[in-house]
Amino acid sequence: MKEFLEGSRAVAEAIRLCKPGVISAYPITPQTHIVEELAQMVADGELNAQFVNVESEHSAASVVLGAVATGVRAFTATSSQGLLYMAEVIFNIAGMRLPLVLTCANRAISAPINIWNDQQDSVSLRDAGWIQLYAENNQEVVDLHLIGYRLSEDKSIMLPVMVCMDGFILTHGMEPVDIPEQEKLDKFLPAYRPLYKLDPAEPLTMGLLADPDYYLETRFAIQETLKEALSFIPKISKEFYGVFGRDYKDCLIEEYFAKDAEKVIVAMGSVCGTIKEVVDELRKKGKKVGLLKIISYRPFPYAKVYEALKNVPLVAVLDKAVSLGAYAPLAIEIKATFFGKKKSPKVVSSFVAGLGGRDITLDSIKEIFRKLSQKEVNQEFIDLKPELLREEYGG
Amino acid sequence: MFGPLIVKPIKSKGDKTGAWRIKLRPKFLQKNCSGCRMCISICPEGCVQGKDKNTFICDYNYCKGCGLCALVCPKGDIIMTEEEAEGEKK
Repeated sequence: MKEFLEGSRAVAEAIRLCKPGVISAYPITPQTHIVEELAQMVADGELNAQFVNVESEHSAASVVLGAVATGVRAFTATSSQGLLYMAEVIFNIAGMRLPLVLTCANRAISAPINIWNDQQDSVSLRDAGWIQLYAENNQEVVDLHLIGYRLSEDKSIMLPVMVCMDGFILTHGMEPVDIPEQEKLDKFLPAYRPLYKLDPAEPLTMGLLADPDYYLETRFAIQETLKEALSFIPKISKEFYGVFGRDYKDCLIEEYFAKDAEKVIVAMGSVCGTIKEVVDELRKKGKKVGLLKIISYRPFPYAKVYEALKNVPLVAVLDKAVSLGAYAPLAIEIKATFFGKKKSPKVVSSFVAGLGGRDITLDSIKEIFRKLSQKEVNQEFIDLKPELLREEYGG
Repeated sequence: MFGPLIVKPIKSKGDKTGAWRIKLRPKFLQKNCSGCRMCISICPEGCVQGKDKNTFICDYNYCKGCGLCALVCPKGDIIMTEEEAEGEKK
């Protein structure tokens, strides 16, 4: 049934349907509404889960790690500093091959402190062994959580999934969202069956010391599994379409007028909605522009991206995060896709925008299309205010 | 694909920590022992066994050579000796 919901509420509704046994979280803007809603559901008896209040994100992540280790489906959500504070446990959850879904309400990283949206938090944890999916709108947010649990708990995958939704833009944005019926969801998402679990009757140890004789294989196995996930995610997406009727195709990328385009912007998250609007407007004027939306940032779908962009002459990559001192994170992947390949765009230019919640407007997108020319640019900051910058401080 | 992930508890007993000893091992002289059991209490490996006085001995398969038993013995009846001198270093 379609309801007009705040993004955070929509996530809470989706999680309620997934029936986690344990939820643990620590409040942080802009994620707080999600777990507030869930806490209310637990208090009202609408959700039969244990809601564990903790003193930090490190503890929240540890609680859900422990819960999943005992064979229970769990959920947590966080943002920004909270995600970074979880970082140590984030690597552990993947390393122990514990399936989990975490919502990251994307927010900038301190200092200076900033509560607004960019994607620096989740992008900074790209190497943790998690599957990272980025949502464009609140319907996608809901659906990626459902797909996330199904994917995460499959016995061939057994890796955690981070669903990334842009803070405020999606978490606090109101949109009509189709919340599925419980019956349909139960058909799509069976009860969690752990491969192994902590049980006093059958004691075992997880995540213990692996000396140089063993550690390398643990990392190789995750790397291989994430590669396999690239062909598994489309299968789950197809299953999802069969049950719920919403088609995310391969659920790795989405092409929007990219096939015959002369200029394409590659981006992730809610900004794709803004780009689509600009593409529509420019297409009406006869300009051959398009969008390539990356849904799955980890694993990164190199082959799909290659197919989508190999005949596009000019490609712009829009990052809402930076890797200070190097090429922007998403731009690195797009450039790497084409190195040494027969077909390739003539230009892959990289733009950084929207850091710390600076609005990416229709004009910002048009500026990127304008600046996308035969002359390649790298880490070109859009909507920069030069008047705030100076070469020397003091004096 | 999965790498090594879990370990069953039997492994810990199968792990002969005696291999960690590098130089010294305790020698239970069994001469002046009063049977106070302090060596049993203090052993971090729990590998000291004995009941009556002058019967205490440790299991060198697990003894890491930390020397706490020798330190705590009120009678000086446990001494640390060179592995080589014993001629039976594991």
